[in-house]
Amino acid sequence: MYNFDFVKPSTVEEAVAALADDEAQPLSGGQTLIPTMKQRLNAPETLVSLLGIEALKGVTVGGDRVTIGAATTHATVAREVAEAYPALAALAGNIGDPAVRNRGTIGGSLANNDPAACYPAAALASGATVVTNRREIPADEYFEGMFATALEEGEIITRVTFPIPEAAAYVKFEQPASRFALAGVFVAKFAGGVRVAITGASEEGVFRWSEAEEALSGNFSAGAVSALSLDADGMMADLHGSAEYRAHLAKVLTGRAVTAAG
Amino acid sequence: MKVTMHVNGRQVSGEAEGRTLLSAFLREELGLTGTHIGCDTSQCGACTVHVDGKQVKSCTMFAAEAEGAEVTTIEGMANADGSLSAIQQAFQDYHGLQCGFCTPGMVMAAAALLEEIPQPTEAQIRHHLDGNICRCTGYHNIVKAIQAASGQPVAVAAE
Repeated sequence: MYNFDFVKPSTVEEAVAALADDEAQPLSGGQTLIPTMKQRLNAPETLVSLLGIEALKGVTVGGDRVTIGAATTHATVAREVAEAYPALAALAGNIGDPAVRNRGTIGGSLANNDPAACYPAAALASGATVVTNRREIPADEYFEGMFATALEEGEIITRVTFPIPEAAAYVKFEQPASRFALAGVFVAKFAGGVRVAITGASEEGVFRWSEAEEALSGNFSAGAVSALSLDADGMMADLHGSAEYRAHLAKVLTGRAVTAAG
Repeated sequence: MKVTMHVNGRQVSGEAEGRTLLSAFLREELGLTGTHIGCDTSQCGACTVHVDGKQVKSCTMFAAEAEGAEVTTIEGMANADGSLSAIQQAFQDYHGLQCGFCTPGMVMAAAALLEEIPQPTEAQIRHHLDGNICRCTGYHNIVKAIQAASGQPVAVAAE
């Protein structure tokens, strides 16, 4: 790993100022960034740790929504959201392994937007709002493809607000070595309709499966999606699974998620 | 830069670069080589330690991030009189190790689990060990050791 300067500000303003330097990057839990830096795929000159900023941590449950600070770990979300939004807590409690969950953060996961990460599926299916130091970004406008988001240079996520659905579930099929989702489906049923977000499968990263959403909004049962088929065009293909395999897997998991949501 | 933290109850300081991993700081700067580096890619869990009571992989955290923190390593797990802790003794009693390379990480993971869930089920134990790889034992005896350390009857379903 190439060396860098380490700074740890205690406010969002100080962090934003430190990130004004072109060669500076934010560091949250580091569970993706540090392995990437070891491989020299990333070599920032300055790392700006966000974990010293207390204002970015914590969970607030209020009425019909849950708000999670960007620097809140997966372990904290798994524990503190369990009552208000069990499907989201279950998702957080199954990311990586216990050590990863004690370091990795929701803001880090959403800013990185790994095409096989779990949180993007929850944010998109819930219709969450990503709040930054500059603005509020609806999930539908936030994800812009593999490792790409609407975030601009020097913009950092401060918190994420999730509307709580009437029913929801996340089901993933793990690649056993990496524990990332080979495909993962988050289904969320709201009064106004059902949202379905799929991660792990597409070359474009997380996406909504609108055909399934329509079918499920009329009939919220696994049977409603069994006759549908997801186009294999644009799905990822590698030694773990072909594009056709991933498309089929995503469909099967959608049915299982609906059943799990009840 | 100078980094100061509490390791196994003792305040320690050492030199670190920005890129110095906590695992390297513990082993090379402090000489605490009980924390093992198996893969160095965040997969194997041999480097597991506790930072402020939380189980983390010390190869996936910078030493500078532990400034001011309470760190516990395998060297801090024995009882005050030097005898093995209940978890360590159970690993010996139930043959929870063969080559022993993963054992420091396994013990630290087990300690974190029992802190959170004093009497975990077999499924909870296996789920908790997701990030700790052992290539010798097939995990059965590790699971038995953790059951025993938690004061529960030892019973592991054959797989």
